[in-house]
Amino acid sequence: MAELSDLYQEVILEHAKAPRNFRVLATPTGTAEGSNPLCGDRCSVNISMRGEVIEDVAFQGSGCAISRASASMMTQALKGKTLQEADSLFRSFHRMVTGQRNDADKSELGKLKVFGGISEFPTRVKCATLAWHTLQAALHGDREPVTTE
Amino acid sequence: MSANVAMSRGPDVIHRDSSRMFDVEKIRRSFPILSEEIHGRPLVYLDNAATTQKPDAVIEAMNHYYRHDNANIHRGVHLLSQRATDGYEAVRVAAQSFIHARSSSEIVFVRGATEAINLVTHTYGRANVGPGDEVLITAMEHHSNIVPWQILCDEKRATLRVVPINDRGEVLIETFERLLGPRTRIVSVAHVSNALGTVNPVKQIVRMAHSRNIPVLVDGAQAAPHMPINVQDLDCDFYAFSGHKIYGPTGIGVLYGKAELLENMPPYQGGGDMISSVTFEKTIYNKLPYKFEAGTPNIAGVIGLGAAISYVNSLGIDAIANHEDELLSYATNQLSQVRGITLVGTAREKVGALSFVMEEIHPHDIGTILDQEGIAVRTGHHCAQPVMDRFGIPATVRASFGLYNTKAEIDRLVEGIEKVREILG
Repeated sequence: MAELSDLYQEVILEHAKAPRNFRVLATPTGTAEGSNPLCGDRCSVNISMRGEVIEDVAFQGSGCAISRASASMMTQALKGKTLQEADSLFRSFHRMVTGQRNDADKSELGKLKVFGGISEFPTRVKCATLAWHTLQAALHGDREPVTTE
Repeated sequence: MSANVAMSRGPDVIHRDSSRMFDVEKIRRSFPILSEEIHGRPLVYLDNAATTQKPDAVIEAMNHYYRHDNANIHRGVHLLSQRATDGYEAVRVAAQSFIHARSSSEIVFVRGATEAINLVTHTYGRANVGPGDEVLITAMEHHSNIVPWQILCDEKRATLRVVPINDRGEVLIETFERLLGPRTRIVSVAHVSNALGTVNPVKQIVRMAHSRNIPVLVDGAQAAPHMPINVQDLDCDFYAFSGHKIYGPTGIGVLYGKAELLENMPPYQGGGDMISSVTFEKTIYNKLPYKFEAGTPNIAGVIGLGAAISYVNSLGIDAIANHEDELLSYATNQLSQVRGITLVGTAREKVGALSFVMEEIHPHDIGTILDQEGIAVRTGHHCAQPVMDRFGIPATVRASFGLYNTKAEIDRLVEGIEKVREILG
């Protein structure tokens, strides 16, 4: 049976209470807005690229503990990553939260593995992936606001 | 005490007796789903404003219809078609009496309250709203009573005007009266707010609008399950409600319209059953209400709705209202005492639903933890985003009550909220 403690792990609750990189970048090279129309969560992601490398990334928005923690830990994981590495990390993260276990993803995911419990709570997958979908739009310059629907 | 004895003493006595005899444990046994376990805990179903559960009587009536009576209506000369038609039309009369309409020809079967409103915007709206005209709604409407009017106003270059609400979640009635202008073509207002539980003073609203010859549609989706409805007393021009919110099946609902309005409205959809004769040159539409019921309708749904209305009548809508009123007061009282909880929607007249937010904790997280405790509530914007914006919040938790809920279930909700604080606080 799915356990709440798998979902609301200490690290997740700590990030939800005090999210990192919760700010707006002064001179972003990419920004995007995302929303989950079903629950009203909103997220905006700013990135600053130097060449192919993500130099800085920040987010703002309102949402549940899972969406805030996921956005916060995403920004920490991405700094210094290349565009290609960021895309690969997104795919691994997505596989993990949708329950497609893949041992090869584990080392790449690092601290993000705390979100593994979400696969037991299908209604919360969108909370965890909202920031990531928004990031994709910011990285790839999509102009349309992102929605999880 | 037998019903006959009670009846001889007049309506007041029936009222009190029926509330005393409201045996909720017995009622619960009529709803098979209430014995489900959710994550190993007995189900506490507090999402009745989204949809209600179905009693055996409704499930069995639909089952019986398909097993014994199924045929198309208004067409065949064979016995089954006659049985299906009789069953279908008997529900129209039951629905008429349920909302106290003057005539059963004023009852149009639709998919639900949403389709009822869309029917009015497509027919009455298109024929009567033009460029520069205005449609008046309130700030507490469900999306289904906003978007169809927006579509109409966009198409006709008309303006949608919105009556604001106060911090308790009540319509500002003086502002409403001021907004009734020479270009207002129709008013459309919820009888009860789905997000806040507010009961609107619709009789007063209708009177004010009628003094300027403006018709009024009342969205009764959240009222019909909780209070007696009398469309003649309200004097509203249209009334919409959904079967699935009064213990009936999904996919069936009712639009009531005053006969003189329905008569003059163009049809909604074209097809079979809504015509009296068709040639390639000209079609003559059928009489009311069939003019608005094109195609083979949801016959089994109508049969289920009829069983639901009978079920509600057998308990008595006054007795149901008394029971739910007690639950709402109890829940309001218990939740008000929980540290960090703020109620959203504190109107003086409320039924059915209790919305709240919790300091620092997002409704979505509350919903997940309550679900693990077996408690079903709605979290989110409740298809009423403008209401959320009005209160400056992204979402609420909504506990909404039905005739089978108990105080013990509200205690479980409060315990569940304590658990939320334990985990996330």
